[in-house]
Amino acid sequence: MSDHAVSRRAFLRAGGAVLTGTLASTSGVLALIAPSTSWALELEALDAHQAATVLQFTRHVFPHDRLDDAVYALVVKDLDAGAAEDPTTRRMLTDAVRRLDEASGGEWLSRSAAEQFVQVQAMEATPFFAKVHSTAVVSLYDNDMAFAHFGYPGRKGDPGYIHRGFNDLHWLPDPPDGASGPVPETA
Amino acid sequence: MDMYDNRTTFAADDDGVVVVIGSGAGGGTLANELAQKGVDVVLLEAGGLHTTDEFIADEWPSFSQLAWTDTRTTTGDWRVARDFPNLPAWICKAVGGTTVHWAGASLRIEPHEFRARSTYGDLAGATLRDWPLSADDLASYYDTAEKKLNVTRTNGLPGLPANNNFKVMHAGATRLGYETCHTGRMAINSVNKDGRNHCMQRGFCFQGCRYAAKWSTLYTEIPAALQTGRVELRTRVHVARIEHDDNDRVTGVVYFDADGRERRQAARVAAVAGNSIETPRLLLNSESSRFPNGLANGSDQVGRNYMRHTTGTVWGVFDKPVEMYKGTTMAGIVQDEARHDPKRGFVGGYEMETISLGLPFMAAFFNPGGWGRGFTEAMEQYRHMAGMWLVGEDMPQADNRVTLSSEARDAFGLPVANVHYTDHANDVAMREHAYTRGAAIYEAAGATRTYRTPPYPSTHNLGTCRMSERAADGVCNGHGQSHELANLFISDGSQFTTSAAENPTLTIVTLAIRQADYIAERMRARAI
Repeated sequence: MSDHAVSRRAFLRAGGAVLTGTLASTSGVLALIAPSTSWALELEALDAHQAATVLQFTRHVFPHDRLDDAVYALVVKDLDAGAAEDPTTRRMLTDAVRRLDEASGGEWLSRSAAEQFVQVQAMEATPFFAKVHSTAVVSLYDNDMAFAHFGYPGRKGDPGYIHRGFNDLHWLPDPPDGASGPVPETA
Repeated sequence: MDMYDNRTTFAADDDGVVVVIGSGAGGGTLANELAQKGVDVVLLEAGGLHTTDEFIADEWPSFSQLAWTDTRTTTGDWRVARDFPNLPAWICKAVGGTTVHWAGASLRIEPHEFRARSTYGDLAGATLRDWPLSADDLASYYDTAEKKLNVTRTNGLPGLPANNNFKVMHAGATRLGYETCHTGRMAINSVNKDGRNHCMQRGFCFQGCRYAAKWSTLYTEIPAALQTGRVELRTRVHVARIEHDDNDRVTGVVYFDADGRERRQAARVAAVAGNSIETPRLLLNSESSRFPNGLANGSDQVGRNYMRHTTGTVWGVFDKPVEMYKGTTMAGIVQDEARHDPKRGFVGGYEMETISLGLPFMAAFFNPGGWGRGFTEAMEQYRHMAGMWLVGEDMPQADNRVTLSSEARDAFGLPVANVHYTDHANDVAMREHAYTRGAAIYEAAGATRTYRTPPYPSTHNLGTCRMSERAADGVCNGHGQSHELANLFISDGSQFTTSAAENPTLTIVTLAIRQADYIAERMRARAI
């Protein structure tokens, strides 16, 4: 997580239930599709500290060093929405943040990545971990920013790749005619 | 008039109709085949109608649109029970059933596989039987089915063109000396035919084919059936039970309509094609004083011998990009390991077929429950991955079964299905062999790393109302006709006596065509 500490620019707006950040890179693919280099998540149930803690916890569960916080914030958004709907979820999240801070003798967020990770591992069997995991495994990988990062066109493939490179791999020999078939001639 | 409009309706007390339950490969085909012979059919479908223009090229929203997500429960030592406890199967609840979702692989069951017990011998713990029919009995029906589905590499139709994912498979397989490797026999149009477009290589086969290039009953059998004016399609109806009289004849089908109202449709014949989980559930929920263990279940075989194929997925990571998501999901096949060769340490065989997942489903299925660097390092390689699905014969076992949950109930208060599955030692040995050979193919093509993914929730659900020569061994005869109620038919993959190695849809369609001949003949003879 070392380079993550450098790249993360999220900061907390004191007293406001908003989680904000700035894209770590203004030259990457994300900058091309993002409407703005800074982002803000208005929170419904969590406070900014809790949200930032959950975001960082998610980074430990699914560590993609070059994936921007803006994408992880989508996970926080879904967890926050769940907490707003369901008091049990809200309690689970807020209790977990408090336990992380207590176990760190201060703010878990201020500890080193290695020290943070020890706490993440210790919580692997908890409902909180399961909630973050099951939410993140969907939210983190099911959005246009993640698609851009991992190189998946998603809905852009809807018309079909027949004229857009479905067979453009040329670092291996092409199969012979008997193993393949003709590309249909279209009008 | 819209292609899905009913041109006829039948009265609830019309006892001259065949009631077909389910509109997928089995039910959709049976309904059309019967209608073409002049038989009146009421076709009941639990799901709604989603036409090609409504399909969604986005995995999770598409899943919400098409998949059967009503609660089911699971037990057994299969990993699905741990990772997806309420989703044992990845099948559809929609007009067209799972033919909307299937990948299109259309292989015939091999002659020796119909004689599984005779060929493989007596395996401890397995309930192997020979099918009560042979490859010869089905040959002409397979011909008809291949023509109906426009299967590539049959009837002069060309194969589909190789996409990137298949190029990797072919290069590796060839270097290993595998000989039967090509772009498959696919029910996907390789040329424009029957008013349906050729494949446009979208790569969203699992989400429904926008171009209708892939065969589905949704836009072939069902509109054709409605066109005859002999079929009434009723959607969003959930069948609760099948009723019978004192002479062990089915008299009608009770269902809940879209508004939750209980209805009853009289029936001359009932044909159940709800997939191999819902079909036994319906029979078990239809218990009566004459059939206290469930309808047609005097043999205690309803729900037993549940099979799901021995499956797994291998991913190869390469230095250069593959972009496996471009083009048909099942873009090619290696068939050399499909033979029966016990020297490999297991009976039966397996196919190797390319597969791809979009990024959202890769995250969900690559290693369910996985996290940390090991997980994310793999995800980072997504664009450089090739994928293959391993699909082989699994052993029928008496205790792998669909039962009624003692606790969970559906929206109508009916017990839901519990699906219990534990691998047979033969399944474990085959899967290990297949994983190893799959990885070897990718390594031969230059993979820097390979990964194994465990079986997904099952799309091939088989065997829970199986065909048998003797009534004591199964639920139905070689025509899918119940051993106990002459006018009750099983019309889906539940009929399969054994799973064989091949993707089952072509055989389900073939059996439905043959069953339609039989039902029409028996009706003419007034035997039913």
